[in-house]
Amino acid sequence: MSHVHQTAGHLLQELSSGQLTAVELLQTHLQYIDQVEGQVQAFLQVDREGALRDAVEVDRKRAAGEPLGRLAGLPVAVKDNLCVRGWKTTCASRMLENFAPPYDAHVVQQLRQADAILLGRTNLDEFAMGSSCENSAFQKTRNPWGENTTPGGSSGGSAAAVSAGMAPLALGSDTGGSIRQPAAFCGVVGMKPTYGRVSRYGLVAFASSLDQVGPFARSVQDAALLLEVLSGHDPRDSTSVNASIPEWSRSLDQPLSTLRIGIVPEHFGPGVDPDVAQTVTRAIELYRMLGATVSEISLPHTKYGVAAYYIIAPSEASSNLARYDGVHYGHRAEEFSNMVEMYESSRAEGFGDEVKRRIMIGTYALSSGYYDAYYLKALKVRRLIANDFQQAFQQVDLILTPTSPTPAYPLGGQSADPLKMYLDDMYTVSANLAGLPAISIPCGFSNQGLPIGLQLLGPAFEEERILKAAHIYEQATDWHTRRPAPAAL
Amino acid sequence: MPYPKSCLTRKHVHLMILSPHDVQKVATLSRLKLTPEEQIRFADQLGHILKYVHQLDEIDTKNVEPMAHAGELLNVFREDVPVPSLDRKDALANAPKSNGQYFLVPQILEGA
Repeated sequence: MSHVHQTAGHLLQELSSGQLTAVELLQTHLQYIDQVEGQVQAFLQVDREGALRDAVEVDRKRAAGEPLGRLAGLPVAVKDNLCVRGWKTTCASRMLENFAPPYDAHVVQQLRQADAILLGRTNLDEFAMGSSCENSAFQKTRNPWGENTTPGGSSGGSAAAVSAGMAPLALGSDTGGSIRQPAAFCGVVGMKPTYGRVSRYGLVAFASSLDQVGPFARSVQDAALLLEVLSGHDPRDSTSVNASIPEWSRSLDQPLSTLRIGIVPEHFGPGVDPDVAQTVTRAIELYRMLGATVSEISLPHTKYGVAAYYIIAPSEASSNLARYDGVHYGHRAEEFSNMVEMYESSRAEGFGDEVKRRIMIGTYALSSGYYDAYYLKALKVRRLIANDFQQAFQQVDLILTPTSPTPAYPLGGQSADPLKMYLDDMYTVSANLAGLPAISIPCGFSNQGLPIGLQLLGPAFEEERILKAAHIYEQATDWHTRRPAPAAL
Repeated sequence: MPYPKSCLTRKHVHLMILSPHDVQKVATLSRLKLTPEEQIRFADQLGHILKYVHQLDEIDTKNVEPMAHAGELLNVFREDVPVPSLDRKDALANAPKSNGQYFLVPQILEGA
């Protein structure tokens, strides 16, 4: 028990000082998974043998005095839309139930090079489409903080695994909030980097102009460390940017020259849960006390973010998911009379309802006669949203918002109305549309005892500023040290 | 293509409601087989979503340049040097049907 729920930084110290071996740390986590996973169901697979093999190897290297990577011996959970050679990569879809990827995602290679222990693959909304993990074809993940409560999504399995103590670090992907919203719901740190910071090679594509891989962790320090490992140019993703990677995890304690925080008054008005509004307002007050200047700004077009997003993301998805045709990989129907029927039946059987809805919305928005009215219109609004941020960042260093308008809600609470669930993304989608980095950190609890997160957004490639500002808040509070009571598990 | 390019009727842009028939047309373009029950259910759900996104019409976007991509990179080129690609065995390993050399699909051309 003593080593679960610890920060990665603390565990790395114990590992490198010889107080703890990678095998011991792994065994502790596997035993803990045995205790709580039945209730949480964060994992689609735990790779006990592979993880043990890797942990033995790390211990051997350490004993032999060989050089070790920056995450040597740390178990890391991986969202099941990232290719890991030797595992299946299912995207929580019947379509890919048996898909065994022939290569590692770039970020998985980075983890292996850092000598991390790949612990297992975590649950998600099918093809990362959803905000509660309930769109998984395989299982419902539960929020460790509340009985029958959603962990958020789409990276809900990764967020729940870190929150419940089953993994100190995890990978997620964020297309419209899929790292930040579950991080807020589960009381952990989650970050979406600048578009292009991290290679998407081996991330199963949902909406290619929006998707980014990022870290889940128990502290800003840990998130910074994992992001350093994940970042970097990769020629196999031509949108990955060839920019230097600052040593974020080592610069967190250096002061910021200025900390001018912008807030948008509408983010705290009607439509926002009162507990969320109050809690985030208290966090703003704390920032003020810590020396930040806080000013009201206007982002006039971000209220259209969800509408623009739910044209652009499905349009890209309809194109990306056209590859699932029952020919090269994925599910093929048993019964069909011709080629077209093979496509139609394979896709009808392989995809769940939300995936079908998005494919159809995207197909509709891109179809002749509707392209200008929907897709092109949304791309123009996307420009206006990006311009809003550019103007705002001339006045302020960072923008602070609630991560989500509500705390986690009960399982089944919103699945009946797809549109209602889309509105959960109101604070997170704009960062993806504009390509900006953003973090969610724990900032308190609702009256029901559910975690609440605040989001900090910064200009492109200013992860350092975001991480430092998040670290300042974290140093002054203890929300990030709270752990769900074992009774809740 | 079973439907001509102008297949999707414009009436629902005004009514902002998709008919099950419209949904079936989109499903055909999307290569998705739907049951009649699904056509009705999706017509309702997709109609709501389309109605919601129509709020974008409030915004004047005249003279606004569309933004397809956050990175807005120019073309990225690499040297045209051959590198090893996926091994055939690996490439075929996930195929629903293959003969070890090719992906196998149903007959496409009549009389072939």
